Amino acid sequence: MTDPKGRFGVHGGQYIPETLMNAVIELEEAYDHYKNDPEFNRELNELFREYAGRPSGLYFAEKMTKDLGGARIYLKREDLNHTGSHKINNVLGQALLAKKMGKTRLIAETGAGQHGVATATAAALMDMECVVFMGEEDTMRQALNVYRMRLLGATVVPVKTGTATLKDAVSEAMREWTSRIADTHYCLGSVMGPHPFPTIVRDFQAVISKEIKEQLMKKEGKLPDAVLACVGGGSNSMGSFYHFIEDKSVRLIGCEAAGRGIDTFETAATVNTGRPGIFHGMKSYFCQDEYGQIAPVYSISAGLDYPGVGPEHAWLHDIGRAEYVPVTDEEAVCAFEYLSRTEGIIPAIESAHAVSHAMKLAPMMKPEQIIVITISGRGDKDCAAIARYRGEDIHE
Amino acid sequence: MSKIASAFDHGKAFIPFITCGDPDLETTEDVVLAAVENGADLIELGIPFSDPTAEGPVIQEANLRALTLNGGVTTDEIFDLVRRLRRKVEIPMVFMTYANVVFSYGAERFISTCKDVGIDGLILPDIPYEEKGEFQPLCSKYGVDLISFIAPTSENRISMIAREAEGFLYVVSSLGVTGVRSEIRTDIAAMARLVRQHTDIPFAVGFGISTPEQARNMSRVADGVIVGSAIIRLLGEYGKDAPEYVGAYVKKMKEAIM
Repeated sequence: MTDPKGRFGVHGGQYIPETLMNAVIELEEAYDHYKNDPEFNRELNELFREYAGRPSGLYFAEKMTKDLGGARIYLKREDLNHTGSHKINNVLGQALLAKKMGKTRLIAETGAGQHGVATATAAALMDMECVVFMGEEDTMRQALNVYRMRLLGATVVPVKTGTATLKDAVSEAMREWTSRIADTHYCLGSVMGPHPFPTIVRDFQAVISKEIKEQLMKKEGKLPDAVLACVGGGSNSMGSFYHFIEDKSVRLIGCEAAGRGIDTFETAATVNTGRPGIFHGMKSYFCQDEYGQIAPVYSISAGLDYPGVGPEHAWLHDIGRAEYVPVTDEEAVCAFEYLSRTEGIIPAIESAHAVSHAMKLAPMMKPEQIIVITISGRGDKDCAAIARYRGEDIHE
Repeated sequence: MSKIASAFDHGKAFIPFITCGDPDLETTEDVVLAAVENGADLIELGIPFSDPTAEGPVIQEANLRALTLNGGVTTDEIFDLVRRLRRKVEIPMVFMTYANVVFSYGAERFISTCKDVGIDGLILPDIPYEEKGEFQPLCSKYGVDLISFIAPTSENRISMIAREAEGFLYVVSSLGVTGVRSEIRTDIAAMARLVRQHTDIPFAVGFGISTPEQARNMSRVADGVIVGSAIIRLLGEYGKDAPEYVGAYVKKMKEAIM
């Protein structure tokens, strides 16, 4: 027996069918080679700069800071990236890697549609075929993103099994990968799944914390006191945390989707309500019943509506390095409206979960302290759904 | 030598897969008895999982039926079913389920209960060679064989897997998930030769086999054939009346490979 690979404490690993083992081994070898390849990094940085619009801004939210009357608040503007979210960082990296590996086809899962749109975009740019699996429930919640993906040349497959949401889209993408491996790369969208995905996705998203550190050093000459980001699978938060893990003075706060509350069954707050388990290729925390059946989770946000969390987050929780707090639908919607009115920035409903917690935290902090909130995506996609939540009869 | 080897003593082995609790545990019990009476050599009992990522639509639906109809079955109720079956059934029986079902029950508690109720082996499609260290020592401690898989993509991994295999080797006939296929293109004979270089334990081919002709072809190079979706379809179609149809199907398939 060999040592299990890709562990974060007890979490992580490679819990996948034998059929996929050589595919993930091939991916790991390719990644280990290209991550240190100057030409690969030059191409990726050029794509980040010229195509995705990086670096994304670090904006001082002056009105919000004054209004809340506590810590200075900065917003990391991943919403200003091409395709409107942080997902493009990971997708450009993986698509370039897949291309170097000789793959001609990308498959992906998507919840809110942001990762699907980003993957369809990269596939169009790099002349690759693209198939996106999306829960049927989500294709209705995020109809506009379905159209975007088709416009970009991708095929969108509505997944009808299970709860017809993100977890089922992941399952279906994994099934598709076992049936077609030779020409296909599974472009996983979050820091989850079997090794090496949690590491690959984290590395490509780590550009977020690398930039925050440099930008804040220029603007304030010091580290932030807290970094906040929303957590579903956990890619924008892992990217926002990564370069601060060693800086013990920086509080790392992941904001989970509590749905209708962590004392209800209608929640997706995995760290707060789940327990250790093995699913979707990894050991981590999962919402599940006493016999290990995965729970049908709920959140207003399609992108956070997932019963698990990436293994590195599970580990950061275990060792007490990061905190994971629940934020309800209602709190997130209030923050969505607040940021729109206060700063003229409409955040994705996912990111609004982080904004909400910052609204609670900032007033309790001192004026010389600094909070950075990652605005992982923009909220245009959510406007119709939030309007309906508030009782307005608006449809896309 | 494990009891599983005895399944391969009567010519080529026929191994039916049955999802426990589809549509209820009484039917599962009757289906197993019908399969045994009609020549099954080893029974693969599926413990349903909410998200069976290695299954095609037919077995996915069986898992859903088992977990939702009549309030749904639990792991404990399935252990009780095996206790009842063991009063009448002598051939080897193995569980097929997903890692989280075992892990969340407590691996040692699950595997020791397998031994207590008379389960001879454990098939976990989401535990590859690299992760078996989590369950293998417990399986060895309690004398439950942890069954290994070989897939058409295994290539350079076959010797490593075959050398440590126990019970029988589960050879996956083709890429993709479980389900009926009209044609199996993988060169099973070539895989068989590689397997034989490294181990003497029997190997059975599964995934996609449904007709007597496919079973006969596979049995020419393999020691046994595993059939799941074709049987689950009968359960989906006939429900509580399925036992007699499954019995007749098992008889036909066993005769085809004798």
